[in-house]
Amino acid sequence: MNSIQVWTYVMVGLTFGVYLTIAWLSRVKDAKGFYVAGGGVPAMANGLATAADWMSAASFISMAGLISFMGYNGSVYLMGWTGGYVLLALLLAPYLRKFGKFTVPDFVGDRYYSNAARVVALVCAIFVSLTYVAGQMRGVGVVFSRFLEVDVNTGVFIGMGIVFFYAALGGMKGITWTQVAQYCVLILAFLIPAVAISMKITGSPIPQIGFGGTIASGPDAGQHLLEKLNEIGVALGFGGYTSPFAGLSMLNVFCITMALMVGTAGLPHVIIRFYTVPSVRAARLSAGYALLFIAILYTTAPAVASFARYNMVQTLAEVDYKASLSTPLPDWFHNWTATGLVAWVDKNDDGKVQYLGPAMGGGPAFEGKPELMDSGTDRYGLPRISNTPTTNANELYVDRDIMVLANPEIAQLPAWVIALVAAGGLAAALSTASGLLLVIASAISHDLYYRIINRQASEKQRLLVGRVMIGVAVCIAGYFGINPPGFVAQVVALAFGLGAASFFPVIVLGIFWKRTTREGAIAGMVAGIGFTMLYIIQCTPAFLGMEPWFLGIRSTGIGTVGMLLNFAVTVAVSLLTPPPPEEIQEMVENVRIPRGAGAATDH
Amino acid sequence: MSQEKMKQYWRTNLRYMVVLLAIWAFVSYVCGILLVEQLNAIQLGGFPLGFWFAQQGSIYVFVVLIFAYYVLMRRLDRKFDVHE
Repeated sequence: MNSIQVWTYVMVGLTFGVYLTIAWLSRVKDAKGFYVAGGGVPAMANGLATAADWMSAASFISMAGLISFMGYNGSVYLMGWTGGYVLLALLLAPYLRKFGKFTVPDFVGDRYYSNAARVVALVCAIFVSLTYVAGQMRGVGVVFSRFLEVDVNTGVFIGMGIVFFYAALGGMKGITWTQVAQYCVLILAFLIPAVAISMKITGSPIPQIGFGGTIASGPDAGQHLLEKLNEIGVALGFGGYTSPFAGLSMLNVFCITMALMVGTAGLPHVIIRFYTVPSVRAARLSAGYALLFIAILYTTAPAVASFARYNMVQTLAEVDYKASLSTPLPDWFHNWTATGLVAWVDKNDDGKVQYLGPAMGGGPAFEGKPELMDSGTDRYGLPRISNTPTTNANELYVDRDIMVLANPEIAQLPAWVIALVAAGGLAAALSTASGLLLVIASAISHDLYYRIINRQASEKQRLLVGRVMIGVAVCIAGYFGINPPGFVAQVVALAFGLGAASFFPVIVLGIFWKRTTREGAIAGMVAGIGFTMLYIIQCTPAFLGMEPWFLGIRSTGIGTVGMLLNFAVTVAVSLLTPPPPEEIQEMVENVRIPRGAGAATDH
Repeated sequence: MSQEKMKQYWRTNLRYMVVLLAIWAFVSYVCGILLVEQLNAIQLGGFPLGFWFAQQGSIYVFVVLIFAYYVLMRRLDRKFDVHE
C-alpha cells in the first residue's frame, strides 16, 4: 500500500467518522424533525446544506473536465446550474416556506385541492429523484475504486450503509448537519488543488484571476492564457476555446441553459431544503447563502478547466517520446493509464502523441472506452489495450474526469491532498444522494401513506414508515449503482427536463395567479411531462436516436419547450374551468405575506 | 392588513422582481449568449468580455441579485408591517 492509499484511508475514515457522529447527535423522534429538521435550521447552515445537496459527484468530478473540452459551450452548465437559484429565491422559496408543509406534492395537492394533482406530483418527484440518485451511488463506488483499488460494488455497498445510517436515524435533521460538514470537505478538496495549479500555471493564487491572467513560465510566458488556448485549439483542430457555438447552435445554448435553470428551481430535493428554515426572511437569505457557496465552486471550475486544458496539451501533444528515457511521459499520465481514464496508441509510430480535433482530421483514437489487457506494457511503458484503433489521425483518449482527479498530481501536491480529493468526491456524492433519498422516502411515507392512505396514522407509525422507505430507496439506488443502466448520463437530462416541465410552472402559477385551477394544473403537468418525455425518448442518441425535429433543439434543452407548453396549457384550461374555491384564493393571499410563518405543520 | 395596502405591498414586490429578473436575463441570456460574439471583441484583462459574462460575470451578478432582493424585501416587509 503506498502513502496515497494510507492517506486516503485516513481521510475517508476521518470524514465518515464525523458524518456518523453528527448523525448520532441529531437523531430524531418526531415527524417534523424527520421531514423538515424541526423547521429551525439557521439561514447560513441551510445555505451550506443546500450547496452540498445541490453539488453532486458530477459537479465535483466531471464538470471542470466537461468545460475543458467544450470551451465556451460549457457555459450552459455554469449559468444553468447557478441561475436557477435566482428563480428559486424570487419566485418559489419564500412562498413555499410561508405555506409551511413538508414536501412539494403537499403544496401541489393543497393548492390545487386535489389528490389527483398530489399523485401526479409525487410520481414526478419520485421519478426525478430516482434517476438522479442512481448516478450518485455509482459515483461513490467509482471514487472508492479509483483511490483505494477496491471493487466498485464494495464501494457502492459502503456508501449505501453510510447514507442509510444517517438518513434513517436523523431524517432531514441528520442530513442537514452532515451536509454542512460535507460542504466544508468538498470545497476544501476542490479549492486546494485549484489554487496550486493556478499558482503553477499563471502565478496567481486566485483561480478566478489567474483564468484571465498571463502564463507564468515556459515557452508561452507572458501570453494571456485564454489567447494561447484559442491558438492551440485552432492549431489542433478543436476550434477556439472562447469562440461560441461550435457544434451547438445559439438556440440550443439558449434552450439548454434555460432548461437547466428552470429544472434546478423545480428539483424537489432543492425546494424542500427551504422548508427547514425558521422564517420567510430566512428562506430568502439562505437562498443567497446557498448560491454564494455554490458560486465559489462554480467560478473556480471554469478556471480549473482552462488550466488543465493548457497543461494537458503542453505536456502531451506533439512532444517526442521516442527517446523515452530523456523525455519520459509525465508521471500522472503513466499513473492514470492504469485506470483507463487516459490512453495513447501510437498509430503512426512516430513516438509523438498526436492530439487532433475534427478540423485537423482527428476523431476518437479507437473504438469505445479503453479495455486494459491483463499483462504486459507497450514500449512506452503503458498498459496494453485491446481496442481496435480507428483510422483517423488522433491518438489520444482522455476521459473528462481526469481533469479534476489528476490535478493534484499534475501540480505535484503532497499525498494528503490527493486523499482529500477522494474524500471530497465522496462528500459530494453522499450529500446529494441523502437529499434525494429523503424526497423519495417522504413522497411515499408522507404524501402517499399519511396524506392519502391513512390519515389516522400515529407519529410513531409515520416515523417507522419513513425510515423503512429510506431503506427501500437506498436499496433501489444501490441496485442501480451496481447495475448502472447504460443511459444514466442521458437520464440526468431527463430529470432536469421533467423538473422544468412539471413543477416549476405549476408552483409559480399557483402563487402568482389565483385563477389557476385544479384542472389547469393537472392538464399542464401532464402535457409538459408527456411532451418532454416523448421528445427525450425520441431524440436522445441512447434511446431512439431520431433527429431533433423541433427547431433542431436537442433533448437536453427540450425542457424549456415543455415548460412553455405547461404554462400555456395550464393558463388556457384554467380560463375554461370554474375558478378555484374561495378558501384556496384566501390561502394564496396568505402565502404572499411573510407574517405568521410558524413552524411547518403537518395538519 | 387592509385590501388596499395588501395590493400595494404585492405590487411593489412584483416591481422588484421584474427589475431583478430583467437584470438576471440580461447578464446571462443577452451578454452571455445573444451578444457573446460582439462582446468577445472587447477584452477585459485576458478575458474576451462575452466569454467572461458566460463563465464568470453572470454568476457573480446572480449572487448579488439574491442578496439585493433579500435587503429590499426586508425593508418592504417592515414598511408594511408584515415582517415576522
